[in-house]
Amino acid sequence: MSFLSYLIKGISLGSVYSIIALGYTMVYGIAKMLNFAHGDIIMVGGFVIYSLMSLAGLNPLISVLAAIVICTLLGVTIEGIAYRPLRKASSLAVLITAIGVSYFLQNVALLVYGSNPKSFTSVIKVPALKLAEVKLTITGETLVTIPLCIIIMVILNLFIKKSKIGRSMIAVSEDKDAAVLMGVNVNKTIAITFAIGSALAAVASALMFSTYPNLSPTSGAMPGIKAFVAAVFGGIGSIPGAMIGGILLGIIQILSSAYISTQLADAIVFLILILVLLIKPTGIMGKKLHEKV
Amino acid sequence: MKKDVMKVNLSKDTKYNLITIAAIIVAYIVCQIMIAAGMMSYLMKGLLVPFCYYSILAVSLNLTVGILGELSLGQAGFMCIGAFASAFFSKCSVNLIPNAFIRFTLAILVGALAAAVFGVFIGIAVLRLRGDYLAIVTLAFGEIIKNVLNTIFVGYDSKGLHFSLKDAASLNLQEDGVLIINGPQGITGTPQDTNFTVSTLLLIITFIIVANLINSRSGRAIMAIRDNRIAAEAMGIDVTKFRILAFTITAALAGVAGVLYAHNISSLNATPKNFGYNMSIMILVFVVLGGIGNIRGSIIASVILTLLPEYLRFLQDYRMLIYAIVLIIMMIFNWNPTCIAWRKKYSLRNIFRKKTQGEV
Repeated sequence: MSFLSYLIKGISLGSVYSIIALGYTMVYGIAKMLNFAHGDIIMVGGFVIYSLMSLAGLNPLISVLAAIVICTLLGVTIEGIAYRPLRKASSLAVLITAIGVSYFLQNVALLVYGSNPKSFTSVIKVPALKLAEVKLTITGETLVTIPLCIIIMVILNLFIKKSKIGRSMIAVSEDKDAAVLMGVNVNKTIAITFAIGSALAAVASALMFSTYPNLSPTSGAMPGIKAFVAAVFGGIGSIPGAMIGGILLGIIQILSSAYISTQLADAIVFLILILVLLIKPTGIMGKKLHEKV
Repeated sequence: MKKDVMKVNLSKDTKYNLITIAAIIVAYIVCQIMIAAGMMSYLMKGLLVPFCYYSILAVSLNLTVGILGELSLGQAGFMCIGAFASAFFSKCSVNLIPNAFIRFTLAILVGALAAAVFGVFIGIAVLRLRGDYLAIVTLAFGEIIKNVLNTIFVGYDSKGLHFSLKDAASLNLQEDGVLIINGPQGITGTPQDTNFTVSTLLLIITFIIVANLINSRSGRAIMAIRDNRIAAEAMGIDVTKFRILAFTITAALAGVAGVLYAHNISSLNATPKNFGYNMSIMILVFVVLGGIGNIRGSIIASVILTLLPEYLRFLQDYRMLIYAIVLIIMMIFNWNPTCIAWRKKYSLRNIFRKKTQGEV
């Protein structure tokens, strides 16, 4: 029974990772950049919900919606100010800029809220499900997280495959110059990608901090890195890959901290990532790249 | 005695490198004079060794990022290995080798060798990976090293070495036993053998190693791989060999920086702050702002960017915020096409040229 409850816990954590990883992977696929500041957008989302709900006393749902709106605007603003001027620069330059943005967000949060961790009140008011004579308890957070993750995944896939904006995203990710010739507005497409990624980050922040209520200016960094690992794990640029990578990562992390060692859980996650990449260098769902001469 | 002969033989690169080494020596002498005259603040004195190990880290990372053209985020991991291996060695041999100079020289070799072994290992492991995948594997490697070193306990007694992953008590040490690595507390009581002179010397050696490598046959092969791997392979360059070579040298030099770090502080432990991925990123920032592939730039950027947060201390809580903004603005100013055009138009050289033309 305990194995099953760990497994469910792992899938729940993994679902959060995959929602964050979706943002990473979409931005990478389309703008070809590692958005290191993505994790910090989660942190901003957490603080927005915390301020509105715990400090201003608003309804949880309204707080989450407000966080989604603010994070979306933030994502688009960051893209416009920091990343757009560097569209044609080397990927390293953009990476360093993203690191600068990450430092910036962390330090603004530090100035406003201080470095002491805040206790986040869960936004999910669903009662826990008790199965098998109370031996197997599934928390309300898990009951919401897993289905929500699946819904997001399906909608996102449909959006990208069927809608005009979604198809223009695919076009930009395949060949930016050709997309321009076909009349795709590249800047607009990239901005929309950032908006979607940041909105997903806000959703992830609500789910994550409800389960792990420790909120501090740096609490977005590690989930951000983990989600990045998940995106690479599944094959960066691939949406189903991000999903699979995220869930596998969550399961591995929870199981290894339960059965092997809590301190070594992160090390095991990273070790498995290295092993996967050694066997399949472009990740589980990644496409094989052919180098042209 | 062979002054005129040397003059003929000095190439442009050699001259450039000699000037850099001379500048380092001059800076060292100036610092020593300032210390002797009591003109240097306590804060600055404490920063002299960090200047050196950050510069060594940046110069060696520049070999991977600038010359080999691969993004590595594992520099802190190699530094961590060098630091722990050498501190371990120094602590074990503090009674066996009383001479600090010999002990520290050996410690440097131990640290460099340990990091180099991992460099070879990582170099082989990432052979099939490129770009961002390589970056994430090196980042993962650094995090693994940090995590593992936080959980192991090592001690020795008359029966030999004892290891444990649980706690210090489960090592079952004899009465004469010494606990060396105490899990999250790390290694305490490492002899403080690092000083500014040794650090400067090692920085110069690092510089000579990397500068010589770049101007050698191997260096040109590595740069050929960077520019076009397939073409380099077609020309008969052993890509595998040279990639591993570059990784190993980078790792070994990072290990040396770790040795300096470990012997400069009293208690060594692996925290996210000193050996986490943030450290690797910080070194990468030094390299990129100093100029990718420019070794002299790496040293200058390391010194300035280590000083900057200290000099912004009067801004108190705002200092890292300002640092972040400066970083973003510098990147945009450096790389944005409009900014590049603007810089060209208003560069000092152009203004000067226009003036002279006007006068004529």
